[in-house]
Amino acid sequence: MLPLMKPFVTPAALATKLRVEHVNMVFNRDGDSTHVLNDINLEVGDGEFVCLLGPSGCGKSTLLSTMAGFLSPTGGDIRIDGEVVRGPDPRRIFVFQERGVFPWLTVEGNIGFGLFKLPRAERERRIAYYVKMVGLEGFEKTYPPELSGGMKQRLEVARALAVNPDMLFLDEPFGALDSITRLIMRGELLRIWEAERKTIIFVTHDIDEAVQLADRVVVMSARPATIQQIVTIDVPHPRDISSPHYLELRDGILKQIGLAHKL
Amino acid sequence: MKSLAEPKRWERYFWPTLVSALLLVLWHYCVIWTNTRIFPSPLDVERGMAELLRENVLWSDIADSLRRVAIGFGGAVILGVPLGLLFGWYPPVNQVVNPTMQILRPISPIAWIPVSIIFFGVGDSPAIFLIFLGAFFPIVVACVDGVSNVPSVSRRAGRNFGLAPWQLLAKVVFPAALPQIIVGLRIALGIAWLVVVAAEMIAVDSGLGYLIIDSRNSGKRYDLVVAAMLLIGVIGLTLDLGFRRLEKIKSVRWGFRDES
Repeated sequence: MLPLMKPFVTPAALATKLRVEHVNMVFNRDGDSTHVLNDINLEVGDGEFVCLLGPSGCGKSTLLSTMAGFLSPTGGDIRIDGEVVRGPDPRRIFVFQERGVFPWLTVEGNIGFGLFKLPRAERERRIAYYVKMVGLEGFEKTYPPELSGGMKQRLEVARALAVNPDMLFLDEPFGALDSITRLIMRGELLRIWEAERKTIIFVTHDIDEAVQLADRVVVMSARPATIQQIVTIDVPHPRDISSPHYLELRDGILKQIGLAHKL
Repeated sequence: MKSLAEPKRWERYFWPTLVSALLLVLWHYCVIWTNTRIFPSPLDVERGMAELLRENVLWSDIADSLRRVAIGFGGAVILGVPLGLLFGWYPPVNQVVNPTMQILRPISPIAWIPVSIIFFGVGDSPAIFLIFLGAFFPIVVACVDGVSNVPSVSRRAGRNFGLAPWQLLAKVVFPAALPQIIVGLRIALGIAWLVVVAAEMIAVDSGLGYLIIDSRNSGKRYDLVVAAMLLIGVIGLTLDLGFRRLEKIKSVRWGFRDES
């Protein structure tokens, strides 16, 4: 199986990486219980790029935190490579909005943060490699407060990639960026994904973002979140975002989201 | 505070200096107008300070006060920072310890003077103990707050990279809390400097606090009293300015963005 050769990947062609089985999540706070996730079932293939799309506050970030092991589901299981997820793991890195970088470390320090077990030479080699990959050459000794939002976000992606994980969880990573930077970052992420073929789960509330990036878009309903529909975006990259087929897929999702809001 | 127009460089020094100078002039004329025989004028104070310098007692008094602050404050840092981090790190421990600490904290170190003399007798030890007490609680509280204010995103990121709990504390929680800890240390140092003067008035026979009380008792030398007071102020300011330089270190500067 050579995913690099394929213009796009379909789940059927790939080994299952992640399996979400009847996951439920109920939060109890001050005697009130909130049903956030309702019987979520999902399979994600190895090397696949999946977007979780839904209205704000629907629980998609909760689902992502559960996949990453930061939260335990109140019902059901999450399995990665067949094993039940019991906590966070360096093989699967969660990328927050730009807030995730450590302001007390330089660019180098941030990228090298997860590499503390490696010998010094190897660590430095990897830092240099990923500094270059995300285009932060010349900023190695710079502290995050002096970087732009887009640079901070690239830095966080580099820090995640440096530990060579098999999965990335991205929680609205470009949400705080201006629209031009966001477009550039999408291109950068696709470029990195095509080079490294990590399995990516990407949470967004931006329909265009989801359709531009994903192999499949998982459309979620308002709370309690269920999976409303899974749309396969069978358009090869780079995508022509004005082609009739692309627009048809996008409009289909728009309709679905409209239903999700019960407008 | 930030006004729209940045003050020019000379203005930053000129206006504060002018205010001090005006106060000195006002003080000088108040002494003349009131015909006081007891309260010294700025010129008397200046002569007093020159006399202290000539007699070589001043430097040893300053050194003694600074030494007591260094030991008392240093001890409070060495004990208070790890304890504060621990309490902040384990909220259940904090819940158990916090009420007791909140009772002890508002007791002025001055109120501890009799007790500390019982414990340590007369000499350096009770004074150092009082400074330690004055600095200890603000340091612990700043560390507890600092740790509990560390954003969960940072903790999660640290855990995600496979850090053991103690590594998470050393590599994420401590650096994330450091700006707040530094603010706490600065406040504590200010308190330590306040307390040393009070402590020296009672338990010891050297230091700037002793200089004040001794000048009054042996011949009502109020020029020396005021000279010592002013020195205490200037040294306190210098300590604070020195400490503020820590806030400029690059790995903590992010925490002081809004301070000009």
